Amino acid sequence: MGNVVQRQTRGALRFQLFRKMAGLELLSDQGYRLDGRKATELRKFQARMGVFAQADGSAYLEQGNTKALAVVYGPHEVRGSRSRIRHDQAVINCQYSMATFSTAERKRRPHGDRKSTEMSLHLKQTFEAAVMTQLYPRSQIDIYVKILQSDGGNYSVCVNAATLAVIDAGIPMRDYVCACTVGFVDETPLADLCYAEEGGGVSSLALALLPRGGQIALLQMDARLHQDHLEALIEAAMTACKGVSKVLDQVVRQHLQEASVPSAE
Amino acid sequence: MATVQVSEAEKVYILHGIRDDLRVDGRGCEDYRHMEIETDVVSNTDGSAKVTLGDTAVLVGVKADIGKPRPKVPNEGYVEFFVDCSANATPEFEGRGGEELGTELSNTLYKVFNNKHSVDLKSLCISAGEHCWVLYVDVLLLQCDGNLYDAISVAIKAALFNTKIPRVHISADEEGGKEIELSDDPYDCVRLNVENVPCIVTLCKVGHRHVVDATLQEKACSVASLIISVTHKGTITCTRKVGGGSLDPESIFEMTEAGKRVGKALHAPLMKLLQQEESLGKARQKVGFLG
Repeated sequence: MGNVVQRQTRGALRFQLFRKMAGLELLSDQGYRLDGRKATELRKFQARMGVFAQADGSAYLEQGNTKALAVVYGPHEVRGSRSRIRHDQAVINCQYSMATFSTAERKRRPHGDRKSTEMSLHLKQTFEAAVMTQLYPRSQIDIYVKILQSDGGNYSVCVNAATLAVIDAGIPMRDYVCACTVGFVDETPLADLCYAEEGGGVSSLALALLPRGGQIALLQMDARLHQDHLEALIEAAMTACKGVSKVLDQVVRQHLQEASVPSAE
Repeated sequence: MATVQVSEAEKVYILHGIRDDLRVDGRGCEDYRHMEIETDVVSNTDGSAKVTLGDTAVLVGVKADIGKPRPKVPNEGYVEFFVDCSANATPEFEGRGGEELGTELSNTLYKVFNNKHSVDLKSLCISAGEHCWVLYVDVLLLQCDGNLYDAISVAIKAALFNTKIPRVHISADEEGGKEIELSDDPYDCVRLNVENVPCIVTLCKVGHRHVVDATLQEKACSVASLIISVTHKGTITCTRKVGGGSLDPESIFEMTEAGKRVGKALHAPLMKLLQQEESLGKARQKVGFLG
């Protein structure tokens, strides 16, 4: 096998230099993570609903440095193949894509690659569990999520942004869908992973939860974890998701308050 | 492109209004809609800008990477454009639906910037024939409400103004090859001179008159449009006629003159605004989509 020399881009080079220089560990002895958070602390949340006037529902969400934009069109008539029409419920169509400038290394294709297709299917599965599709038979609901800046926890930020967008579109849901990515380091579960932690050899688990009933809409993990730790990790993920749901609820209530205040004449 | 259905009565109304220099939203024929520009919205990039023109929203990110110069011009860097028409704008752009429009937009951008003066490509050279800076300009279309070219060109100008390219030091390593070192200081960077970057003006022919910055309704009433890219001196770098209808040479000449006038008038306030935003420095509150 020949020696393949890969040209590393500036982003990757800089990041490696940074890690080596600082001798960083994911969880310090005092219990602080790379960005100064504690193990169960979530990143800074900033959200806004109704960002675009043309779409039926839209939301913008920032969790730490990860920024996502979600747009909902629907319910409307099923576009494309008529074979997709379901006579008893609405069809949910999701597309996940990343802006080409969202990652440290420039992404050539915004969508269409395997990871994006997989994410789109996960989003579809998540929202089919939450949206009351039986109220809109023979119609289609489109959910499009775009990652503008990627710093870890892409799936969770997408789900949270899409929840706000679906609420903004006025489509009824059973409950908020909250998602969080958790990881396991040094016998401690870490909530809401950032990019450095995700890549640092941490077993990460993504969970989407319907908080009121404690129902799990999606659970995904593709890393090695000892069976004994699994329950603790899922518990930590559910607690983090419940925290996220409180924040989302606050955002929605504030948006409604702003919308219902009559404009000063 | 997102389209609207316009009835015959509405078309007549729009046509008559434009004939009298009064458009549906009260603008004159050569007025732009409310434009909002903000730079440095995405921190992963070397330069970024967000432009909202009426309901059209465009986000541009510029990334600078080290690459090999083109064989014909070994002492110049180059610029690559990519336009992503995202499904956010309209469900028709889902999957590969937006590729056609995206390719058309990026091809036009290549033509507009295909001259020696718009971007100083020689300043992007690191070592002739071996290394140069490649600027990847990525345009993300978030909402379509007509007049994409103008919004995109303003956003590109703002993003290039905001671009910070790190300084490089070339040193010779043991085997006699060249080693490139990036400066560690994030503030030690080179800025681009965007004085000569052109702005695109789209003029739509509606009836016997032409309008600048047409909305989707006005576009539905027009037969053809002319796209002109104008620099701050009034020099034209690219002209294109789009649309299914035909234009007579008289109107093309008239539209070109109007385009030059409008385009030239666009540059000065834009540069002033960008410099004003820059002067706010760290005290500036970054709004992005949250405001």
